[in-house]
Amino acid sequence: MAQTPLRAVIVGAGLAALRGAEALREAGFTGTLTIVGDEPCRPYDRPPLSKHVLAGAIPADATTLPGSLGLDADWQLGNAATGLDRESRTVRLADGGTLPYDRLLIATGTRARPWPNPHEGRLAGVFTLRGRDDAAALRRALAAGPKRVLVIGGGFIGCEVASLCRQLGLPVTLVEPGPTLLARVLGSTIGAFIGAIHEGHGVDLRCGREVEWLEGAEGRLVRAHLVDGARIDADVAVIALGAVRNTAWLDGSGLSADPGGVDCDAEGHVLDAAGRPDPCIAAAGDVARFPHPLYDGQRVALEHWSHAVAQGLYAGRLLAGAAPGRTYGALPTFWSTQGDLVVKSAGLTQGADAVAITQGDPAAGRFVALYGRAGRCIAAVSVDAARWLPAHAELVAAGAPFPPRGTATDRPKGVAVVAPGFP
Amino acid sequence: MSLPADASSGSRPGLRVSVDLNLCQAYAQCCYAAPRHFRIDGHEALFYDPAPAAEDRADIERARVACPVQAIRVEDPERGA
Repeated sequence: MAQTPLRAVIVGAGLAALRGAEALREAGFTGTLTIVGDEPCRPYDRPPLSKHVLAGAIPADATTLPGSLGLDADWQLGNAATGLDRESRTVRLADGGTLPYDRLLIATGTRARPWPNPHEGRLAGVFTLRGRDDAAALRRALAAGPKRVLVIGGGFIGCEVASLCRQLGLPVTLVEPGPTLLARVLGSTIGAFIGAIHEGHGVDLRCGREVEWLEGAEGRLVRAHLVDGARIDADVAVIALGAVRNTAWLDGSGLSADPGGVDCDAEGHVLDAAGRPDPCIAAAGDVARFPHPLYDGQRVALEHWSHAVAQGLYAGRLLAGAAPGRTYGALPTFWSTQGDLVVKSAGLTQGADAVAITQGDPAAGRFVALYGRAGRCIAAVSVDAARWLPAHAELVAAGAPFPPRGTATDRPKGVAVVAPGFP
Repeated sequence: MSLPADASSGSRPGLRVSVDLNLCQAYAQCCYAAPRHFRIDGHEALFYDPAPAAEDRADIERARVACPVQAIRVEDPERGA
């Protein structure tokens, strides 16, 4: 290594940033390391926020991640990055300072997509859920015993919040414009099975419906008006409309970035607008859009915990100059705990043309669904059946023929292949 | 390695635990090893205490080692883990 120590800067202070920093050090990087975060706290774990923190089982600040102590680094917290100049190799900060870098990791993640009407979004009682402070604020609102909670959006966060409300004994209505819960990610066939489980727990589910506007009185939410004219009285609303990637600070940097992510090549280096890699800069986690080798090089940006870990480690090694050896292409996996229900997945369902129930029975609330595309397995989803998932994940990773044979050990009639029901 | 000056920001003293719930298959061995810190709800929904007190480290370590899929990660500031 050169006499002058190299300077590494990591922008973002979440899971991908933390694991990237650890990997950089473990790969032998001895230069200076600066980690920049817009929030005033060390990296924390997000999954518990929508579950145990909202339930009041643990305080929001108990979620600090292991690994954040003892890392030889300069932490610039509560000081967002506002710009990137690749000519001079500097990151601009909100406090007016600049940070020079020789190696840069972009791990700025996402933020919650806000309610489209900002005035309504600012009403007291209207929440989004992304950060630790969001979770603490929503927890206070739920603990106060609202008369009804309205959840807008039936994706994973919406499902988790709605089922959590039922566990707390709170009346909850979930409004989702799609035909079922989770239709975009899992298709309406599996989405309907999961929706039935939540309805069984008392969630008032309104699919194929849309909230038009939120009505306030004296600055507080009082009800929602649906497009079809229906009204739902609620004193708490949770906006669960997905996430927007934090790329605005890259405007003017010359990198190929938009609200869908910052583009990377197969090695993990970021690309400029002309498609040329910048060998000094890598990206990892939610914000990185990269060609996935398991899916024909389709460019994806994955908001998964395991992906933040795996790609963070990969990018850290890459920036340390320890050639990772092969292109990044971990099998995407995630889990979602919805009340007592656990949904897990391996692979990407996008583009599936068929789905097969290969284990268990949706009517019994425990099953595995395998997704196929053009005769190959592309994804598997387990509902309260996690022990069956690894075997299915192997089929997915291998691109095994679909429908599979011999997996349905507890289904004497064999697998049932149906349409997945993607919109 | 030296601890940065602001190491205490937002954190309580004690242990830090995280579980890779992608790996977890609800074998519940952690629940037997450290029943006050790990619990299974329903069929396989794991609840764990991410910030146990330092004096509970023996239980937590037993849970970590007992996990058949090695999904538990523990940080113990006093041991530099």
